[in-house]
Amino acid sequence: MEAFLTGAAVALVVIILIPFYRVVWGPTAFDRLLAIGAMGAKTVSLLCIFGFLYDRFYMFADIAIAYAVLNFIAGIAVAKYFSKQGRRAGT
Amino acid sequence: MSVLQNGVAGVLIVLGLIIMLVGSIGILRLPDFYTRSHAASKVDTTGIIFLLLGLAVLQGWNLAMVKLMIAVAIIMLANPVAIHALSRAAWMHGERPWMRKKEGED
Repeated sequence: MEAFLTGAAVALVVIILIPFYRVVWGPTAFDRLLAIGAMGAKTVSLLCIFGFLYDRFYMFADIAIAYAVLNFIAGIAVAKYFSKQGRRAGT
Repeated sequence: MSVLQNGVAGVLIVLGLIIMLVGSIGILRLPDFYTRSHAASKVDTTGIIFLLLGLAVLQGWNLAMVKLMIAVAIIMLANPVAIHALSRAAWMHGERPWMRKKEGED
């Protein structure tokens, strides 16, 4: 099972790196933010797999929960900033 | 660990990885911000839920499984809400959705 989980972690790293194209060459700023949010959400599951591999699942589950909440708060804050800016510009 | 537990967990983890791969390719390939947000919110959330459920089956009944379920609940609530707020901000900022061109236009 350990080899299977290691393979799953490697595949997950490759899957996380795919949206990095949108972070670097995304046409608008929203595309970059969306890709960063998707990468952060997938990192939660990568952290859970690492917890299994290191045999310290309790600690890594706490880290994963904290990372999920932090990702959510970052997304909400950036969205609020952009919507306020749009209203001020009158669009 | 029984064989059944390993088998169910493996199937769930592989299913989650396939769904997340589809979501990543959607973020890479779709033509517009709104269609990309569609791929990022729904497909990715489903993939993460499947993978974490697979890990919970592998873990068995203990406190770590409860923590995994809390993580699943937070992801289920937070990820679509954050992307919805982002696409609402994009709409107010002036992004317009992609349309297929009409036949006479080109």
